[in-house]
Amino acid sequence: MDKDFYNVRGRIFDIQKFSVHDGPGIRSIVFLKGCALRCKWCCNPESQSYDIQQMNMDGKIKTVGRDVTVAEVIEEVLKDFPYFRRSGGGITLSGGECLLQPDFSVALLQAAKYNGISTAIESTGFAKYEVIERLLPYLDVYLMDIKHMNSQKHRLFTSQPNERILENAKKIAENAKRLIIRVPVIPTFNDTVEEITDIAKFAKSLKNVTEIHLLPYHKFGTDKYRWLGREYELEDIKTPSEQKMQEILKAAESVGLNAQIGG
Amino acid sequence: MKRFDFDGIAKSPRIDRLINNLFNKAPEIEADRAVLLTEAYKATEGEPIILRRAKAFKNICEKLPVTIRDEELVVGAATKSSRSCQVFPEYSFEWLEKEFDTIEARSADPFYISEETKKELREVYKYWKGKTSSDLATSYMAPSALKAIEHNVFTPGNYFYNGVGHVTVDYKKVLEIGYKGIMNEAKKELALCDISDADFAAKSSFLEAVIISCEAAIIFAKRYSELAYKMANECADSTRKQELLKISENCANVPENGAKTFYEACQSFWFVQLLVQTESSGHSISPGRFDQYMYPYYKKDMDAGNITKEFAQELIDCLWVKLNDFTKVRDLASAEGFAGYSLFQNLIAGGQTPDGRDATNDLSFMTIEANMHVLLPQPSFSVRVWNGTPHEFMIKAAELTRTGVGLPAYYNDEVIIPALVNRGLTLEDARNYNIIGCVEPQCSGKTDGWHDAAFFNMCRIVELVFSNGMDGGERISVETGNVEDFKTFEEFFDAYKAHMEYMIKLMVNADNAIDMAHALRCPLPYLSSMVDDCIKRGKSVQEGGAVYNFTGPQGFGIANMADGLYAIKKLVFDEKKITLAEFKEALKDNYGRSVDDKQATAITTEIVRQIVAAGQAVSEEKIAEIYKMVAQSGGVSEQKKAKYDKLLEMIDALPKFGNDNSEVDALAREVAYTYTKPLEQYKNPRGGSYQAGLYPVSANVPLGAQTGATPDGRLAYTPVADGVSPCAGRDVNGPTAAANSVSKLDHFIASNGTLFNMKFHPSALKGRAGLESFVSLIRAYFDQKGSHMQFNVVSRETLRDAQKNPENYKSLVVRVAGYSALFTTLSKSLQDDIINRTEQGGF
Repeated sequence: MDKDFYNVRGRIFDIQKFSVHDGPGIRSIVFLKGCALRCKWCCNPESQSYDIQQMNMDGKIKTVGRDVTVAEVIEEVLKDFPYFRRSGGGITLSGGECLLQPDFSVALLQAAKYNGISTAIESTGFAKYEVIERLLPYLDVYLMDIKHMNSQKHRLFTSQPNERILENAKKIAENAKRLIIRVPVIPTFNDTVEEITDIAKFAKSLKNVTEIHLLPYHKFGTDKYRWLGREYELEDIKTPSEQKMQEILKAAESVGLNAQIGG
Repeated sequence: MKRFDFDGIAKSPRIDRLINNLFNKAPEIEADRAVLLTEAYKATEGEPIILRRAKAFKNICEKLPVTIRDEELVVGAATKSSRSCQVFPEYSFEWLEKEFDTIEARSADPFYISEETKKELREVYKYWKGKTSSDLATSYMAPSALKAIEHNVFTPGNYFYNGVGHVTVDYKKVLEIGYKGIMNEAKKELALCDISDADFAAKSSFLEAVIISCEAAIIFAKRYSELAYKMANECADSTRKQELLKISENCANVPENGAKTFYEACQSFWFVQLLVQTESSGHSISPGRFDQYMYPYYKKDMDAGNITKEFAQELIDCLWVKLNDFTKVRDLASAEGFAGYSLFQNLIAGGQTPDGRDATNDLSFMTIEANMHVLLPQPSFSVRVWNGTPHEFMIKAAELTRTGVGLPAYYNDEVIIPALVNRGLTLEDARNYNIIGCVEPQCSGKTDGWHDAAFFNMCRIVELVFSNGMDGGERISVETGNVEDFKTFEEFFDAYKAHMEYMIKLMVNADNAIDMAHALRCPLPYLSSMVDDCIKRGKSVQEGGAVYNFTGPQGFGIANMADGLYAIKKLVFDEKKITLAEFKEALKDNYGRSVDDKQATAITTEIVRQIVAAGQAVSEEKIAEIYKMVAQSGGVSEQKKAKYDKLLEMIDALPKFGNDNSEVDALAREVAYTYTKPLEQYKNPRGGSYQAGLYPVSANVPLGAQTGATPDGRLAYTPVADGVSPCAGRDVNGPTAAANSVSKLDHFIASNGTLFNMKFHPSALKGRAGLESFVSLIRAYFDQKGSHMQFNVVSRETLRDAQKNPENYKSLVVRVAGYSALFTTLSKSLQDDIINRTEQGGF
């Protein structure tokens, strides 16, 4: 492969196939290392640090993170091309935060498009807009998290304020092919009808945005905190009930958005 | 816009009552058929076999008890009691006689048998000693082939002890012209024969036998017409009285004449389905393209306003229940191989017309709906998929998959049609294929496919490489040299191929011997009246009367051999981490994994039971020897154990088939070729050729119990991988990776069918989006030229609970391997195997 973008290197920790909840159709998710936020509920705590880490899985040591070229990633992702084609799926960059490895991310998306693969990123939008702008020409779907409208509460639970995120959302909405707003629904943080309605209203105000995904909190990542020798702060929090999710769904719909539970 | 007039139809309350009646009693063995058969044989000594068979069939049709069950709309039963079976002593009987007193309590497919029945059968069996098809087959077989069977390299047991079956007759013809029409064809052909013709004796007696058989079928139906009429006269309930009168009218007209209405067509279809399974014990009598040959009758009635959609659906549902009213008693070993009382009556919807257009119609949807209504294992329901298959049909099929009933199985026209053309079918005939039994394609009404000819255990072959062709102290295969001396992986693989080729040759010898025995002892004139070109050729199906003739024995264990040979290549030759001598010892010692006393006893008992069931004697010494062999796998030193643990770790760390790894997958393709390619050169006595299948039915469990440890890290006596699926639990990269690996095998050459099992958690099919992804997964696997795919959609927890509390899960249906079965009727080991197959969820 003689295209320049194939040689760009980056750091990932997993490629997951047959994902049906992170963008349209059947997708392969590339998980990039490193994130600027520290969300307390994060189900991929091993994604947060850019460093390559050792995870002690109850006696079995697993190295998390490896440096790869775009060509290597694309070769792996292309194996599922027949599924993308039949389902309208493709590649999704997740993390971590792909905006923290902009050269790699741009090259990956470029290489994907070169091979006829539809593209998506799952991102916090927490970066300079100039960085985001570089990705947009090669991006089909931007799955963007809006976690809370209150900046203080946002900072308390994610370690960062939300002003830049909200500002970027407006610009992305103007320029991206398709923007979907995603809200992790976290009890004690944002699971009230009022808080969700605020987010939905903001989403509705964005140009071209019609879709909002409400992702119920889950505990699948709990073990990983232990394996990393970290404490899981949300130990006592329960997953939201089906009834609760339905209430929240109605709230989001009443704003005039196409809302759904799950991705 | 509406392409199909189908929005779902409510289930008639009658259907649940019919199902309840079906399951209110345990299956029973009945003696009527055997008695009537023997009576006729005794009266026809010395006559041509084909006429004796016809007269015996007629005697059965004239005297077999006729039974109309409560509330039935379509009538005709093989047995007085529901879900019961007749026996077929002309094929073999010793095994059943031996099991008379244990069959009610055995784990796989138990049957009730009354003392009266035992007495009748014992009397009948006196006549059959030395006269069965299996007696003759045994005498035809080469000693080396018999020895290979004894050593469990392959087993042709299915047709050795039973009828062949595995056919789809020309239902369409019976619906159109009735048996009167077929008799006329035979009479016409008979009139053309001249007594001086070289083949006059054979041809004229065959045609006479066809005529007698058709008469017999008509007589049988008339007896039902009379019974229904009598019951109507005695019936106090006016609604039921009218139903019975209608039934009587139907049975008076069909199958003697062509069907005038959809209702008559249903009744006519049923008599064919019933009587083919009364003439012979062969299973997999597959209704095939029901939605195609029934459609003209449905459309005519609908257009004329003579039938409501609801009633048409009710009739289809009734037929579906009836298809579960059959069972078949098999010997213990076979019962485990085909567990679940299954008869593999495969019925298929959708696909293409012979001229290559999409064939989906309203009845295609209604057949799916019928499965949703009855949720029973029969019919073995399949759908054909091609690039032109309507999306809404795929979604409807996926909805059926989601119920967890294990149906339908999905078949890829884009592979199967060219694969059949490659075997000599015309394009039109290939496009008109349906599936027989588990996964085997054929063109209906024209083919004798002999699809289930044998199970060939590819794992036993690697044992022969390590033993240089010896087994249990006896030479059973060719000498390929001491493995200790092999310098390259190629040498090892060549030795593997040499044993494969030798054993395949022996299997062909065994199959051809059985084939001959069926032609000489059990030709089937009734079946032959509905398969082209028997009447023209004046030959039964068993003598080569069909247009297309095949023999299709199936190999299994590909995933184990791909992983195992890869381990040898990597660890011994590429990385030189272990020698072949060390590997050999590790396998002999079962990797130092002992089996405990209880396990050893259980395994020994199982092996002994199977040997006994196969009709061989087992001495006390032999039992002790087997036990020793089983138990001995333990007892190695701590030092060795540590070494074996390390070896298992190394094997575990290697990439495995089922994870989309190009190197292992390429080897898997080569391994499959070691079976599929050598087979192609052989011919059968009917003038047809051999074609390979790659599927195990459920034999991967019992045959795995006779296989030592294998180099893929599989421990001795544990199940072998099923079909072309990856080894249970080793495909860890999700469904797309597993499907990609499997698609890298050559499915075109395995034209007798491949079987890919995938297990889904119900959450993966949740909502419309779940169905869409699921359909895309099938489509994309098929784009890559996979041939078949089937799914189990139940959670592990559900299955575990069903194991613990079977009484709560009497009707829980799971996909076993090429068919669905009631989970609670399966043996514990097979249940465990199903639970352990990887469960694929959406991430």
